[in-house]
Amino acid sequence: MIELRHIQKTFDGGASYAVFDTSLTIARGELLALIGESGSGKTTTLKMINRLEEPTAGQVLVAGRDVLEQNLQELRRNIGYVFQGAGLFPHHNVARNIAAVPELLGWSKEVIEARSREVCALVGLPYDDYALRIPSELSGGQQQRIGVARALAARPDVLLMDEPFGALDPITRAGLQEEFRRIQQELQLTVVLVTHDITEAMLMADRIAVMQGGELIQVGTASELLNHPAHDYVTQLMEMPRRRAERLERVMRAAE
Amino acid sequence: MNPVLREQLLLLPEYLQGHLALTFAALGAGIAVSVPLGIIASRSPRIRHPLLATVSLIQTVPGLAILALVVAMLGGQIGFLPAFIALTLYSMLPIMRNTVSGLEGVPADVVEAARGIGLSPRQRLWKVELPLALPVIVAGIRTAAVWTVGMATLSTLVGASSFGNYIFIGIQTRNLTAVTVGSLAAAGLAILLDTLIGSLQWIAERRAIGVGLRELRRALVLSISLTVAFAVALLVTLKPAPKPDFVVGGKPFTEQYILASVLADRLTAAGFIVDQNIGMGSDVIFDAIGAGTVDLYVEYSGTIWGSYMRREGNPGREEITDITQAFVRERGLNPVGLAGFQNRYALAMRRDRAEELGIVSVQDLAPLAGILSAGGDLEFFGRSEWKRLQSLYNLDFAQELTFDAALMYTAVEAGQVDVISAYSTDGRVAAYDLVLLEDPRQALLSYDAMLLASSAAAQDPRVAAALAPVLGAIGDEAMREANKMVDVEGRPVSEAVAYLQAIIDKSK
Repeated sequence: MIELRHIQKTFDGGASYAVFDTSLTIARGELLALIGESGSGKTTTLKMINRLEEPTAGQVLVAGRDVLEQNLQELRRNIGYVFQGAGLFPHHNVARNIAAVPELLGWSKEVIEARSREVCALVGLPYDDYALRIPSELSGGQQQRIGVARALAARPDVLLMDEPFGALDPITRAGLQEEFRRIQQELQLTVVLVTHDITEAMLMADRIAVMQGGELIQVGTASELLNHPAHDYVTQLMEMPRRRAERLERVMRAAE
Repeated sequence: MNPVLREQLLLLPEYLQGHLALTFAALGAGIAVSVPLGIIASRSPRIRHPLLATVSLIQTVPGLAILALVVAMLGGQIGFLPAFIALTLYSMLPIMRNTVSGLEGVPADVVEAARGIGLSPRQRLWKVELPLALPVIVAGIRTAAVWTVGMATLSTLVGASSFGNYIFIGIQTRNLTAVTVGSLAAAGLAILLDTLIGSLQWIAERRAIGVGLRELRRALVLSISLTVAFAVALLVTLKPAPKPDFVVGGKPFTEQYILASVLADRLTAAGFIVDQNIGMGSDVIFDAIGAGTVDLYVEYSGTIWGSYMRREGNPGREEITDITQAFVRERGLNPVGLAGFQNRYALAMRRDRAEELGIVSVQDLAPLAGILSAGGDLEFFGRSEWKRLQSLYNLDFAQELTFDAALMYTAVEAGQVDVISAYSTDGRVAAYDLVLLEDPRQALLSYDAMLLASSAAAQDPRVAAALAPVLGAIGDEAMREANKMVDVEGRPVSEAVAYLQAIIDKSK
């Protein structure tokens, strides 16, 4: 569904590379987590898929078509995008935020409202209760649910998510992670999820792509990365949840 | 009602109209230019800096200087256009600066979200950035509106009527009522606009955080009805002025205001629609009559000789009259004739001071000049006759101070200066008990009052007929008395005008 072919990105004319010679294929209906420290190039890689950044070299194909050959706005309207902190329009109510992309696509009012009800139900917020509320009245978790609803409104096949749950409290985050995974499987969405949280990646993703210093160092399922780490950084990364789980277990056993 | 106040209030519609026309036109143009420029500046850092620096620079130039420069750039054109251009330039800074900072204040994640979901740059601007920046932009417009109302008072000096007419004419004629009416009117208009635009800003702020129109209905209704009430009040007050056949001009001092009214009344009585445009500086009005934007005013032969012809020497009263009339004819202007009086410069001292020092003429003054200070009006020390006076009598004062004409008299009365450049027809000479010093060497020029007409006015025989009774009818004494009525006794200009009209009618 998405194919990155030897993409590179430099912001300083080649003195340094934010992303260097990265190739990656994401299958239809797959949820791929892009993980790495800040500055590892994961967000830049994500943004090159819907041309928020354009690659200095290489090729990006979505549904078999080179993104550089498509109309920029059309491309973005057909790819859902979820931001850290939701990025809702503060001057629009919930209904108008969700309707943003369908309006751009020229859908009729009735169709937009029907679809808005569907996506609101999908993210667990009743449309009638929320349609007229404004973003500043919503909690962080509610804002992010609306952010997901907005991204899904125009029935995209592909969803790009940039640390969507990063700013939420742990309980809200855990709930939304599970719910989103359910939605993704139900709708057979192809998702690229940028995160720096390895537990989130392991719990949600079909495959995990690890980036470091602008390069893709390993791609695989959680068990492949656990059993056959190709790099010291991957080893450290994959050991962390296990070590934390062991320590947690000790703490909890002591408390019993 | 107090007749002076009544006379001032009758002028209110005309000045209000002028002031509003200038303010709204300049503010409208300021918005139309500055918001787009602000948008461009916020997009390109390379343009932003020079653009904002240029606009800030304009702002630091004093308003009066901007007006003078614009008049000069327009080749001496006076009236609405130069005032409008100067005010527009002045209104640009707050609007442009607020547009830039408003757009920069739009949260980066909201802009990124707008890009990410596929809004084109234009849609981003209209649907996201401008609505969110609007409260800040409107606040800039609000600042600009208040500035523009204030600065519009200065446009009187380039011949556009505004509340400034009250203020400048009031200062010249020592009419505090006029100054007060003008200041209160300008302040009232500023407060009104501030409130109206403030209510729009309030609405824009709420819209930017997503408050629906339905909840803002009351505020909208209030704001719209205030605006409508304001507009209706204006329509009731302001009748569209008929286009004048002729414009009578005047320089900024009492005698000129009185004479402009005398001439305007004569033309009105002859069936013409006449406008008065008073308070212009000497150079401005001389250019204006050449350009035909002023049709009639009273000039002085000595001013033409010294200031416009830049001649030195003093060939005598009749020679000067003949030569200057020939000169203005050459320039395409039309001397209609002499009014009868002359208003020349004369050095004047307080009587008690002159007697104490034993001074009767300029000759006596010279040896004492080293311990005396002199006060002149805005033009006097720059004139060639002052230089001639200095060299013929070997005058060298300890101090030379320049004053506004009205304040110059106050200064000599209060003893702040010893000698002033008084005007021979000035009512304050007698009122303050000043003596005019003799000038045995004829250093000072004669200043015969001369009616100058534009070609359009000169070609109309009815104009000549209407003005004929004025020629030779106003003597030195009559003019001095008329000036005294206004400057010293504080009576309205209209009474002085009536006094002169009676004298003119009797002389027939």
